[in-house]
Amino acid sequence: MNRKKERLIKYLFTALAFSSLVFLIGIVLVLFKEALPIFSKVSLHDFLLGESWYPTAEPPEFGILPLILASLWVTAGALVICVPLGVGSALYLHELAGPRQRAVLKPVIEILASVPSIIYGFFGMVILAPFLQNTFDLPIGLCALTTSLILGVMATPTVASIAEDALSYVPRSFREASFAVGADRWQTLTKVIIPAAGSGISTAIILGMSRAIGETMTVLMVAGGSAVIPRSVFDPVRPMTAAIAAEMGEASVGSDHYHALFAIALILFLITFLFNIAAELISRRFRLKLGLSR
Amino acid sequence: MKRRDIIQKIGFSALFACMAANILFLGGIIFFVAARGLGALSWEFLTQAPRDSMTAGGVAPAIVGTFYLTLGAILFALPLGVACAVYLTEYSPKGWIVNVLRISINNLAGVPSVVFGLFGLTVFVKYAGFGVSILSGSLTLGILALPVIISASQEALTAVPQSIREASLALGATQWGTIRKVVLPASLPGILTGVILSVGRVAGETAPILFTAAAFYLKGYPRSIFSEVMALPYHIYALMTEGTHPEIQTRIAYGSSLLLLGLVLSVSMLAIFIRARQRKTYNA
Repeated sequence: MNRKKERLIKYLFTALAFSSLVFLIGIVLVLFKEALPIFSKVSLHDFLLGESWYPTAEPPEFGILPLILASLWVTAGALVICVPLGVGSALYLHELAGPRQRAVLKPVIEILASVPSIIYGFFGMVILAPFLQNTFDLPIGLCALTTSLILGVMATPTVASIAEDALSYVPRSFREASFAVGADRWQTLTKVIIPAAGSGISTAIILGMSRAIGETMTVLMVAGGSAVIPRSVFDPVRPMTAAIAAEMGEASVGSDHYHALFAIALILFLITFLFNIAAELISRRFRLKLGLSR
Repeated sequence: MKRRDIIQKIGFSALFACMAANILFLGGIIFFVAARGLGALSWEFLTQAPRDSMTAGGVAPAIVGTFYLTLGAILFALPLGVACAVYLTEYSPKGWIVNVLRISINNLAGVPSVVFGLFGLTVFVKYAGFGVSILSGSLTLGILALPVIISASQEALTAVPQSIREASLALGATQWGTIRKVVLPASLPGILTGVILSVGRVAGETAPILFTAAAFYLKGYPRSIFSEVMALPYHIYALMTEGTHPEIQTRIAYGSSLLLLGLVLSVSMLAIFIRARQRKTYNA
Protein backbone atom coordinates (compact mmCIF):
# COMPACT_ATOMS: atom_id res chain seq x y z
CA MET A 1 0.00 0.00 0.00
CA ASN A 2 2.67 2.39 1.11
CA ARG A 3 4.90 1.53 -1.83
CA LYS A 4 2.00 2.00 -4.20
CA LYS A 5 1.37 5.47 -2.76
CA GLU A 6 5.06 6.36 -3.16
CA ARG A 7 4.98 5.29 -6.80
CA LEU A 8 1.81 7.28 -7.41
CA ILE A 9 3.35 10.40 -5.92
CA LYS A 10 6.44 9.99 -8.06
CA TYR A 11 4.31 9.73 -11.20
CA LEU A 12 2.38 12.83 -10.17
CA PHE A 13 5.58 14.83 -9.78
CA THR A 14 6.89 13.52 -13.10
CA ALA A 15 3.73 14.63 -14.85
CA LEU A 16 3.79 18.10 -13.25
CA ALA A 17 7.48 18.49 -14.03
CA PHE A 18 6.75 18.28 -17.74
CA SER A 19 4.48 21.33 -17.55
CA SER A 20 7.12 23.73 -18.89
CA LEU A 21 7.78 21.43 -21.84
CA VAL A 22 4.02 21.19 -22.44
CA PHE A 23 3.64 24.97 -22.38
CA LEU A 24 6.61 25.43 -24.72
CA ILE A 25 5.20 22.90 -27.18
CA GLY A 26 1.77 24.49 -26.74
CA ILE A 27 3.18 27.89 -27.68
CA VAL A 28 4.83 26.44 -30.79
CA LEU A 29 1.63 24.64 -31.85
CA VAL A 30 -0.57 27.69 -31.31
CA LEU A 31 1.82 29.92 -33.26
CA PHE A 32 2.03 27.48 -36.19
CA LYS A 33 -1.68 26.78 -36.27
CA GLU A 34 -2.67 30.45 -36.24
CA ALA A 35 0.16 31.57 -38.53
CA LEU A 36 -0.07 29.02 -41.35
CA PRO A 37 -3.32 30.28 -42.99
CA ILE A 38 -1.59 33.50 -44.04
CA PHE A 39 0.84 31.56 -46.21
CA SER A 40 -1.98 30.43 -48.48
CA LYS A 41 -2.45 34.14 -49.31
CA VAL A 42 1.17 35.29 -49.35
CA SER A 43 4.23 33.19 -50.13
CA LEU A 44 6.82 32.86 -47.40
CA HIS A 45 9.26 34.69 -49.65
CA ASP A 46 6.94 37.67 -50.18
CA PHE A 47 6.03 37.70 -46.51
CA LEU A 48 9.61 37.85 -45.27
CA LEU A 49 11.06 40.05 -48.00
CA GLY A 50 8.08 42.16 -49.02
CA GLU A 51 8.83 45.81 -48.47
CA SER A 52 5.38 47.11 -47.62
CA TRP A 53 3.29 46.38 -44.58
CA TYR A 54 -0.22 47.71 -45.23
CA PRO A 55 -2.36 45.08 -43.52
CA THR A 56 -5.55 47.15 -43.55
CA ALA A 57 -5.26 48.61 -47.05
CA GLU A 58 -7.38 47.36 -49.94
CA PRO A 59 -5.85 45.09 -51.19
CA PRO A 60 -3.73 44.48 -48.08
CA GLU A 61 0.02 44.00 -48.32
CA PHE A 62 1.80 41.71 -45.91
CA GLY A 63 5.53 42.29 -46.34
CA ILE A 64 7.31 42.31 -43.00
CA LEU A 65 10.82 43.25 -44.10
CA PRO A 66 10.43 46.77 -42.61
CA LEU A 67 9.43 45.23 -39.27
CA ILE A 68 12.29 42.71 -39.27
CA LEU A 69 14.81 45.40 -40.22
CA ALA A 70 13.43 47.69 -37.50
CA SER A 71 13.88 44.95 -34.90
CA LEU A 72 17.42 44.24 -36.10
CA TRP A 73 18.34 47.94 -36.16
CA VAL A 74 17.17 48.74 -32.66
CA THR A 75 18.69 45.52 -31.29
CA ALA A 76 22.04 46.23 -32.93
CA GLY A 77 21.92 49.76 -31.52
CA ALA A 78 21.12 48.39 -28.08
CA LEU A 79 24.11 46.04 -28.29
CA VAL A 80 26.45 48.97 -28.95
CA ILE A 81 25.44 50.23 -25.51
CA CYS A 82 24.79 47.13 -23.44
CA VAL A 83 27.85 45.10 -24.49
CA PRO A 84 30.57 47.55 -23.39
CA LEU A 85 28.60 48.77 -20.37
CA GLY A 86 27.47 45.31 -19.28
CA VAL A 87 30.75 43.49 -19.82
CA GLY A 88 32.72 46.48 -18.45
CA SER A 89 30.62 46.49 -15.30
CA ALA A 90 31.07 42.75 -14.91
CA LEU A 91 34.85 43.11 -15.24
CA TYR A 92 34.83 45.97 -12.75
CA LEU A 93 32.87 43.89 -10.26
CA HIS A 94 35.15 40.92 -10.77
CA GLU A 95 38.52 42.64 -10.82
CA LEU A 96 38.36 46.03 -9.11
CA ALA A 97 35.51 46.08 -6.63
CA GLY A 98 36.46 45.01 -3.13
CA PRO A 99 34.28 42.59 -1.21
CA ARG A 100 32.28 45.39 0.40
CA GLN A 101 31.63 47.16 -2.91
CA ARG A 102 30.65 43.85 -4.48
CA ALA A 103 28.23 43.11 -1.69
CA VAL A 104 26.39 46.32 -2.53
CA LEU A 105 26.79 46.53 -6.32
CA LYS A 106 25.78 42.98 -7.27
CA PRO A 107 22.34 43.16 -5.65
CA VAL A 108 21.87 46.72 -6.92
CA ILE A 109 22.43 45.52 -10.50
CA GLU A 110 20.04 42.66 -9.94
CA ILE A 111 17.39 44.99 -8.55
CA LEU A 112 17.85 47.34 -11.49
CA ALA A 113 17.29 44.38 -13.83
CA SER A 114 13.81 44.02 -12.35
CA VAL A 115 12.57 47.50 -13.35
CA PRO A 116 9.47 46.81 -15.52
CA SER A 117 9.71 47.59 -19.22
CA ILE A 118 6.68 49.88 -19.09
CA ILE A 119 8.71 52.21 -16.85
CA TYR A 120 11.50 52.37 -19.44
CA GLY A 121 8.92 53.02 -22.13
CA PHE A 122 7.36 55.78 -20.07
CA PHE A 123 10.74 57.37 -19.35
CA GLY A 124 11.68 57.20 -23.02
CA MET A 125 8.45 58.85 -24.03
CA VAL A 126 8.30 61.72 -21.55
CA ILE A 127 11.98 62.51 -20.99
CA LEU A 128 14.46 60.97 -23.43
CA ALA A 129 12.50 61.51 -26.66
CA PRO A 130 11.82 65.26 -26.09
CA PHE A 131 15.44 65.67 -24.96
CA LEU A 132 16.87 64.04 -28.11
CA GLN A 133 14.41 65.92 -30.29
CA ASN A 134 15.68 69.25 -28.93
CA THR A 135 19.33 68.27 -28.90
CA PHE A 136 19.52 66.95 -32.47
CA ASP A 137 16.73 69.18 -33.78
CA LEU A 138 14.71 66.20 -35.02
CA PRO A 139 11.23 66.28 -36.54
CA ILE A 140 10.19 63.54 -34.10
CA GLY A 141 11.82 62.26 -30.90
CA LEU A 142 10.30 58.78 -31.04
CA CYS A 143 12.74 57.03 -33.36
CA ALA A 144 15.19 54.15 -33.77
CA LEU A 145 17.94 55.99 -31.88
CA THR A 146 15.79 56.65 -28.80
CA THR A 147 14.64 53.04 -28.81
CA SER A 148 18.18 51.69 -29.06
CA LEU A 149 19.36 53.89 -26.19
CA ILE A 150 16.55 52.76 -23.90
CA LEU A 151 16.84 49.08 -24.87
CA GLY A 152 20.60 49.23 -24.37
CA VAL A 153 20.33 50.66 -20.88
CA MET A 154 17.61 48.15 -20.13
CA ALA A 155 19.60 45.10 -21.22
CA THR A 156 22.81 46.21 -19.47
CA PRO A 157 22.03 44.71 -16.03
CA THR A 158 21.12 41.37 -17.66
CA VAL A 159 24.42 41.24 -19.54
CA ALA A 160 26.40 42.43 -16.52
CA SER A 161 24.99 39.91 -14.12
CA ILE A 162 25.35 36.86 -16.42
CA ALA A 163 28.85 37.92 -17.52
CA GLU A 164 29.89 38.33 -13.90
CA ASP A 165 28.74 34.77 -13.17
CA ALA A 166 30.88 33.56 -16.08
CA LEU A 167 33.94 35.43 -14.78
CA SER A 168 33.51 34.00 -11.30
CA TYR A 169 33.74 30.45 -12.74
CA VAL A 170 37.30 31.03 -13.96
CA PRO A 171 39.52 29.12 -11.50
CA ARG A 172 41.86 31.12 -9.25
CA SER A 173 44.77 29.03 -10.46
CA PHE A 174 44.52 30.69 -13.92
CA ARG A 175 45.26 34.16 -12.55
CA GLU A 176 47.89 32.90 -10.12
CA ALA A 177 49.71 31.19 -12.99
CA SER A 178 49.54 34.41 -14.98
CA PHE A 179 50.95 36.51 -12.10
CA ALA A 180 53.68 33.90 -11.60
CA VAL A 181 55.02 34.46 -15.11
CA GLY A 182 55.20 38.21 -14.47
CA ALA A 183 51.98 39.55 -15.98
CA ASP A 184 50.32 42.54 -14.32
CA ARG A 185 46.61 42.66 -13.48
CA TRP A 186 45.50 44.25 -16.75
CA GLN A 187 47.44 41.72 -18.83
CA THR A 188 46.04 38.89 -16.73
CA LEU A 189 42.53 40.24 -17.21
CA THR A 190 42.75 40.74 -20.99
CA LYS A 191 44.98 37.84 -21.96
CA VAL A 192 43.92 35.13 -19.49
CA ILE A 193 40.63 35.74 -17.73
CA ILE A 194 38.61 37.26 -20.59
CA PRO A 195 39.62 34.52 -23.07
CA ALA A 196 38.90 31.85 -20.44
CA ALA A 197 35.46 33.31 -19.73
CA GLY A 198 34.94 34.25 -23.40
CA SER A 199 32.17 31.82 -24.20
CA GLY A 200 30.43 32.61 -20.91
CA ILE A 201 30.55 36.29 -21.81
CA SER A 202 29.16 35.53 -25.28
CA THR A 203 26.29 33.70 -23.61
CA ALA A 204 25.57 36.87 -21.62
CA ILE A 205 25.60 38.95 -24.80
CA ILE A 206 23.29 36.55 -26.64
CA LEU A 207 20.80 36.55 -23.77
CA GLY A 208 20.95 40.36 -23.67
CA MET A 209 20.23 40.37 -27.41
CA SER A 210 17.35 37.99 -26.90
CA ARG A 211 15.90 40.28 -24.25
CA ALA A 212 16.24 43.35 -26.49
CA ILE A 213 14.67 41.83 -29.61
CA GLY A 214 11.72 40.38 -27.66
CA GLU A 215 11.06 43.54 -25.68
CA THR A 216 7.56 44.82 -26.36
CA MET A 217 6.22 47.69 -24.27
CA THR A 218 9.30 49.89 -24.57
CA VAL A 219 9.47 49.69 -28.35
CA LEU A 220 5.70 50.04 -28.61
CA MET A 221 5.88 53.35 -26.78
CA VAL A 222 9.19 54.75 -28.00
CA ALA A 223 9.94 53.49 -31.53
CA GLY A 224 7.54 55.83 -33.34
CA GLY A 225 5.55 53.11 -35.08
CA SER A 226 6.04 53.84 -38.77
CA ALA A 227 6.28 50.63 -40.81
CA VAL A 228 8.72 51.73 -43.47
CA ILE A 229 12.23 50.46 -44.11
CA PRO A 230 14.51 52.53 -41.85
CA ARG A 231 17.00 54.76 -43.69
CA SER A 232 18.60 56.51 -40.75
CA VAL A 233 18.73 56.13 -36.97
CA PHE A 234 16.48 59.17 -36.67
CA ASP A 235 13.62 57.48 -38.55
CA PRO A 236 10.61 56.29 -36.58
CA VAL A 237 10.35 52.50 -36.90
CA ARG A 238 7.93 49.68 -36.09
CA PRO A 239 9.74 46.59 -34.76
CA MET A 240 8.00 43.18 -34.87
CA THR A 241 6.91 43.16 -31.23
CA ALA A 242 5.40 46.63 -31.53
CA ALA A 243 3.44 45.63 -34.63
CA ILE A 244 1.93 42.63 -32.84
CA ALA A 245 1.05 44.53 -29.69
CA ALA A 246 -0.33 47.58 -31.49
CA GLU A 247 -2.37 45.81 -34.18
CA MET A 248 -3.70 42.70 -32.47
CA GLY A 249 -6.46 44.69 -30.81
CA GLU A 250 -7.78 45.95 -34.16
CA ALA A 251 -7.36 42.79 -36.25
CA SER A 252 -10.59 40.81 -36.32
CA VAL A 253 -10.22 37.21 -35.22
CA GLY A 254 -9.54 34.86 -38.12
CA SER A 255 -8.79 37.61 -40.65
CA ASP A 256 -5.66 37.61 -42.78
CA HIS A 257 -4.26 40.41 -40.68
CA TYR A 258 -4.78 38.31 -37.52
CA HIS A 259 -2.94 35.33 -39.03
CA ALA A 260 -0.17 37.58 -40.31
CA LEU A 261 0.43 38.91 -36.79
CA PHE A 262 0.73 35.35 -35.51
CA ALA A 263 3.21 34.67 -38.31
CA ILE A 264 5.30 37.61 -37.10
CA ALA A 265 5.15 36.19 -33.58
CA LEU A 266 6.24 32.80 -34.93
CA ILE A 267 9.28 34.34 -36.62
CA LEU A 268 10.10 36.30 -33.48
CA PHE A 269 9.76 33.14 -31.40
CA LEU A 270 12.07 31.22 -33.75
CA ILE A 271 14.70 33.98 -33.55
CA THR A 272 14.72 34.04 -29.74
CA PHE A 273 14.60 30.23 -29.67
CA LEU A 274 17.76 30.11 -31.80
CA PHE A 275 19.44 32.67 -29.53
CA ASN A 276 18.57 30.66 -26.43
CA ILE A 277 19.75 27.36 -27.90
CA ALA A 278 23.00 29.02 -29.02
CA ALA A 279 23.50 30.44 -25.52
CA GLU A 280 22.82 26.98 -24.05
CA LEU A 281 25.34 25.25 -26.34
CA ILE A 282 28.04 27.86 -25.84
CA SER A 283 27.68 27.85 -22.07
CA ARG A 284 27.84 24.06 -21.97
CA ARG A 285 31.11 24.09 -23.94
CA PHE A 286 32.39 26.80 -21.62
CA ARG A 287 31.72 24.69 -18.54
CA LEU A 288 33.37 21.65 -20.10
CA LYS A 289 36.40 23.72 -21.05
CA LEU A 290 36.85 24.93 -17.49
CA GLY A 291 36.31 21.40 -16.18
CA LEU A 292 33.05 22.27 -14.43
CA SER A 293 30.12 19.94 -14.31
CA ARG A 294 26.62 21.24 -15.09
CA MET B 1 55.68 55.01 -14.92
CA LYS B 2 56.20 52.20 -17.36
CA ARG B 3 54.09 51.89 -20.48
CA ARG B 4 52.22 48.86 -19.25
CA ASP B 5 51.34 50.59 -16.01
CA ILE B 6 49.79 53.42 -18.00
CA ILE B 7 47.80 50.94 -20.08
CA GLN B 8 46.58 49.24 -16.92
CA LYS B 9 45.55 52.58 -15.43
CA ILE B 10 43.60 53.54 -18.56
CA GLY B 11 41.98 50.10 -18.75
CA PHE B 12 40.87 50.14 -15.14
CA SER B 13 39.52 53.67 -15.46
CA ALA B 14 37.47 52.52 -18.45
CA LEU B 15 35.98 49.67 -16.43
CA PHE B 16 35.13 52.06 -13.62
CA ALA B 17 33.47 54.37 -16.15
CA CYS B 18 31.32 51.48 -17.43
CA MET B 19 30.15 50.62 -13.94
CA ALA B 20 29.48 54.26 -13.08
CA ALA B 21 27.55 54.83 -16.32
CA ASN B 22 25.49 51.70 -15.70
CA ILE B 23 24.45 52.80 -12.23
CA LEU B 24 24.04 56.42 -13.29
CA PHE B 25 21.70 55.71 -16.23
CA LEU B 26 19.46 53.38 -14.30
CA GLY B 27 19.59 55.51 -11.18
CA GLY B 28 18.73 58.52 -13.33
CA ILE B 29 15.59 56.85 -14.69
CA ILE B 30 14.44 55.90 -11.20
CA PHE B 31 15.23 59.39 -9.91
CA PHE B 32 13.27 61.17 -12.64
CA VAL B 33 10.22 58.99 -12.18
CA ALA B 34 10.36 59.33 -8.41
CA ALA B 35 10.95 63.08 -8.37
CA ARG B 36 8.04 63.88 -10.68
CA GLY B 37 5.78 61.09 -9.47
CA LEU B 38 5.80 62.15 -5.83
CA GLY B 39 3.78 65.24 -6.63
CA ALA B 40 0.94 63.16 -8.01
CA LEU B 41 0.70 60.80 -5.06
CA SER B 42 -1.92 61.43 -2.42
CA TRP B 43 -4.34 59.47 -0.30
CA GLU B 44 -7.05 60.18 -2.85
CA PHE B 45 -4.79 58.89 -5.64
CA LEU B 46 -4.39 55.55 -3.89
CA THR B 47 -7.97 55.00 -2.80
CA GLN B 48 -10.27 56.42 -5.47
CA ALA B 49 -11.34 55.35 -8.93
CA PRO B 50 -10.50 57.54 -11.95
CA ARG B 51 -13.05 60.28 -12.70
CA ASP B 52 -13.81 62.78 -15.47
CA SER B 53 -12.34 60.71 -18.34
CA MET B 54 -9.06 59.94 -16.60
CA THR B 55 -8.23 63.48 -15.55
CA ALA B 56 -9.09 63.24 -11.87
CA GLY B 57 -9.45 60.76 -9.07
CA GLY B 58 -7.03 57.94 -8.41
CA VAL B 59 -5.88 54.54 -9.58
CA ALA B 60 -7.35 52.26 -6.91
CA PRO B 61 -9.03 49.85 -9.38
CA ALA B 62 -5.70 49.40 -11.18
CA ILE B 63 -3.93 48.61 -7.90
CA VAL B 64 -6.63 46.07 -7.03
CA GLY B 65 -6.46 44.58 -10.53
CA THR B 66 -2.70 44.15 -10.41
CA PHE B 67 -3.09 42.49 -7.00
CA TYR B 68 -5.66 39.97 -8.32
CA LEU B 69 -3.66 39.17 -11.45
CA THR B 70 -0.45 38.64 -9.50
CA LEU B 71 -2.15 36.53 -6.85
CA GLY B 72 -3.79 34.38 -9.53
CA ALA B 73 -0.52 33.92 -11.40
CA ILE B 74 1.34 32.82 -8.26
CA LEU B 75 -1.45 30.43 -7.20
CA PHE B 76 -1.13 28.78 -10.59
CA ALA B 77 2.66 28.79 -10.97
CA LEU B 78 3.75 27.98 -7.42
CA PRO B 79 2.54 24.36 -7.14
CA LEU B 80 3.65 23.56 -10.68
CA GLY B 81 7.04 25.20 -10.24
CA VAL B 82 7.80 23.59 -6.90
CA ALA B 83 6.68 20.18 -8.17
CA CYS B 84 8.98 20.55 -11.15
CA ALA B 85 11.93 21.53 -8.95
CA VAL B 86 11.23 18.64 -6.55
CA TYR B 87 11.17 16.21 -9.45
CA LEU B 88 14.44 17.55 -10.88
CA THR B 89 16.35 17.50 -7.60
CA GLU B 90 14.76 14.72 -5.51
CA TYR B 91 13.64 12.04 -7.93
CA SER B 92 16.88 12.41 -9.94
CA PRO B 93 15.59 11.07 -13.24
CA LYS B 94 17.70 9.85 -16.14
CA GLY B 95 20.12 12.26 -17.81
CA TRP B 96 18.27 13.07 -21.01
CA ILE B 97 15.03 13.91 -19.21
CA VAL B 98 16.82 16.44 -17.03
CA ASN B 99 18.40 17.95 -20.13
CA VAL B 100 15.14 18.18 -22.03
CA LEU B 101 13.41 19.77 -19.05
CA ARG B 102 16.24 22.20 -18.39
CA ILE B 103 16.35 23.31 -22.01
CA SER B 104 12.58 23.78 -22.10
CA ILE B 105 12.63 25.80 -18.86
CA ASN B 106 15.44 28.02 -20.19
CA ASN B 107 13.61 28.54 -23.44
CA LEU B 108 10.33 29.29 -21.75
CA ALA B 109 12.18 31.96 -19.77
CA GLY B 110 13.38 33.49 -23.05
CA VAL B 111 10.04 33.63 -24.88
CA PRO B 112 9.14 37.28 -25.64
CA SER B 113 6.33 38.48 -23.39
CA VAL B 114 4.06 39.46 -26.27
CA VAL B 115 4.19 35.85 -27.50
CA PHE B 116 2.83 34.74 -24.11
CA GLY B 117 0.05 37.23 -24.71
CA LEU B 118 -0.86 35.61 -28.05
CA PHE B 119 -0.76 32.15 -26.49
CA GLY B 120 -3.07 33.29 -23.69
CA LEU B 121 -5.40 34.93 -26.20
CA THR B 122 -5.70 31.76 -28.25
CA VAL B 123 -5.82 29.15 -25.49
CA PHE B 124 -7.43 30.82 -22.47
CA VAL B 125 -9.49 33.66 -23.90
CA LYS B 126 -10.84 31.89 -26.98
CA TYR B 127 -10.33 28.12 -26.83
CA ALA B 128 -11.15 27.63 -23.13
CA GLY B 129 -13.78 30.35 -23.33
CA PHE B 130 -12.63 32.34 -20.29
CA GLY B 131 -12.86 35.57 -22.28
CA VAL B 132 -10.82 38.66 -21.50
CA SER B 133 -10.71 38.13 -17.76
CA ILE B 134 -8.67 37.94 -14.56
CA LEU B 135 -8.53 34.18 -15.02
CA SER B 136 -7.06 34.32 -18.55
CA GLY B 137 -4.57 37.00 -17.53
CA SER B 138 -3.49 35.16 -14.39
CA LEU B 139 -2.91 31.89 -16.23
CA THR B 140 -0.90 33.67 -18.94
CA LEU B 141 1.23 35.49 -16.35
CA GLY B 142 1.57 32.25 -14.39
CA ILE B 143 3.26 30.49 -17.32
CA LEU B 144 5.61 33.44 -17.59
CA ALA B 145 6.46 33.20 -13.87
CA LEU B 146 7.00 29.45 -13.97
CA PRO B 147 10.71 29.45 -14.95
CA VAL B 148 11.53 32.00 -12.22
CA ILE B 149 9.88 29.88 -9.54
CA ILE B 150 11.45 26.67 -10.83
CA SER B 151 15.01 27.97 -10.80
CA ALA B 152 14.71 29.59 -7.36
CA SER B 153 13.16 26.44 -5.89
CA GLN B 154 15.78 24.27 -7.52
CA GLU B 155 18.53 26.37 -6.00
CA ALA B 156 16.84 26.12 -2.59
CA LEU B 157 16.38 22.35 -2.80
CA THR B 158 19.94 21.70 -3.96
CA ALA B 159 21.25 23.74 -1.02
CA VAL B 160 19.69 21.31 1.49
CA PRO B 161 22.57 19.07 2.60
CA GLN B 162 22.41 15.46 1.42
CA SER B 163 23.11 14.22 4.97
CA ILE B 164 19.75 15.51 6.21
CA ARG B 165 17.93 13.45 3.59
CA GLU B 166 19.98 10.37 4.44
CA ALA B 167 19.27 10.81 8.15
CA SER B 168 15.55 10.90 7.46
CA LEU B 169 15.65 7.85 5.18
CA ALA B 170 17.74 5.98 7.77
CA LEU B 171 14.99 6.57 10.35
CA GLY B 172 12.66 4.67 8.07
CA ALA B 173 10.87 7.61 6.45
CA THR B 174 9.72 7.07 2.90
CA GLN B 175 11.03 9.25 0.09
CA TRP B 176 7.81 11.28 -0.03
CA GLY B 177 7.86 11.59 3.76
CA THR B 178 11.42 12.90 3.57
CA ILE B 179 10.52 15.43 0.90
CA ARG B 180 7.40 16.62 2.68
CA LYS B 181 8.65 16.76 6.27
CA VAL B 182 12.38 17.43 5.83
CA VAL B 183 13.47 18.80 2.46
CA LEU B 184 10.62 21.18 1.67
CA PRO B 185 10.54 22.86 5.11
CA ALA B 186 14.31 23.36 4.95
CA SER B 187 14.10 24.98 1.53
CA LEU B 188 11.07 27.15 2.27
CA PRO B 189 12.93 30.50 2.47
CA GLY B 190 14.53 29.84 -0.92
CA ILE B 191 11.20 28.96 -2.49
CA LEU B 192 9.75 32.10 -0.94
CA THR B 193 12.51 34.09 -2.66
CA GLY B 194 11.39 32.66 -5.99
CA VAL B 195 7.80 33.57 -5.26
CA ILE B 196 8.69 37.14 -4.34
CA LEU B 197 10.94 37.55 -7.40
CA SER B 198 8.15 36.37 -9.64
CA VAL B 199 5.68 38.74 -7.93
CA GLY B 200 7.97 41.58 -8.99
CA ARG B 201 8.18 40.24 -12.52
CA VAL B 202 4.47 39.51 -12.93
CA ALA B 203 3.22 42.77 -11.42
CA GLY B 204 5.20 44.81 -13.94
CA GLU B 205 4.38 42.84 -17.10
CA THR B 206 2.13 44.55 -19.60
CA ALA B 207 2.34 42.78 -22.94
CA PRO B 208 0.89 39.42 -21.75
CA ILE B 209 -2.26 41.09 -20.38
CA LEU B 210 -2.86 43.41 -23.34
CA PHE B 211 -5.21 40.92 -25.01
CA THR B 212 -6.02 38.61 -22.11
CA ALA B 213 -7.14 40.69 -19.13
CA ALA B 214 -6.64 44.41 -19.27
CA ALA B 215 -9.23 47.12 -19.74
CA PHE B 216 -8.51 50.81 -20.22
CA TYR B 217 -11.33 51.99 -18.02
CA LEU B 218 -13.90 50.19 -15.90
CA LYS B 219 -16.62 51.44 -13.65
CA GLY B 220 -16.01 50.00 -10.22
CA TYR B 221 -14.09 46.93 -9.19
CA PRO B 222 -14.01 43.45 -10.76
CA ARG B 223 -16.85 41.21 -9.56
CA SER B 224 -15.51 37.75 -10.38
CA ILE B 225 -12.53 36.02 -11.94
CA PHE B 226 -14.32 36.30 -15.27
CA SER B 227 -14.29 40.11 -15.22
CA GLU B 228 -11.91 42.33 -17.13
CA VAL B 229 -9.60 44.38 -14.90
CA MET B 230 -7.57 47.52 -14.88
CA ALA B 231 -3.88 46.97 -14.06
CA LEU B 232 -1.19 49.44 -13.07
CA PRO B 233 1.27 48.82 -15.94
CA TYR B 234 -1.47 48.83 -18.56
CA HIS B 235 -2.95 51.93 -16.99
CA ILE B 236 0.34 53.76 -17.57
CA TYR B 237 0.38 52.66 -21.20
CA ALA B 238 -3.24 53.66 -21.72
CA LEU B 239 -2.74 57.07 -20.10
CA MET B 240 0.18 57.77 -22.44
CA THR B 241 -1.42 56.61 -25.67
CA GLU B 242 -5.16 57.27 -25.39
CA GLY B 243 -7.44 59.96 -24.07
CA THR B 244 -7.68 63.64 -24.81
CA HIS B 245 -5.88 65.44 -21.98
CA PRO B 246 -2.20 64.49 -22.45
CA GLU B 247 -0.88 67.00 -19.89
CA ILE B 248 -3.05 65.87 -16.99
CA GLN B 249 -2.78 62.22 -18.00
CA THR B 250 1.02 62.36 -18.02
CA ARG B 251 0.90 63.60 -14.44
CA ILE B 252 -1.27 60.66 -13.42
CA ALA B 253 1.04 58.33 -15.38
CA TYR B 254 4.00 59.65 -13.36
CA GLY B 255 2.18 58.81 -10.16
CA SER B 256 1.24 55.34 -11.41
CA SER B 257 4.81 54.69 -12.59
CA LEU B 258 6.21 55.65 -9.22
CA LEU B 259 3.73 53.33 -7.51
CA LEU B 260 4.60 50.42 -9.78
CA LEU B 261 8.32 51.10 -9.55
CA GLY B 262 8.15 51.31 -5.76
CA LEU B 263 6.19 48.08 -5.60
CA VAL B 264 8.50 46.13 -7.91
CA LEU B 265 11.77 47.46 -6.47
CA SER B 266 10.80 46.87 -2.85
CA VAL B 267 9.59 43.38 -3.67
CA SER B 268 12.84 42.44 -5.42
CA MET B 269 14.92 44.01 -2.65
CA LEU B 270 13.06 41.87 -0.14
CA ALA B 271 13.72 38.73 -2.20
CA ILE B 272 17.41 39.47 -2.56
CA PHE B 273 17.71 40.19 1.14
CA ILE B 274 16.08 36.88 2.09
CA ARG B 275 18.27 35.01 -0.36
CA ALA B 276 21.47 36.60 0.92
CA ARG B 277 20.59 35.55 4.48
CA GLN B 278 19.71 32.07 3.28
CA ARG B 279 23.03 31.65 1.44
CA LYS B 280 24.89 32.78 4.54
CA THR B 281 23.17 30.12 6.65
CA TYR B 282 24.35 27.32 4.40
CA ASN B 283 27.84 28.65 3.81
CA ALA B 284 28.52 29.14 7.51
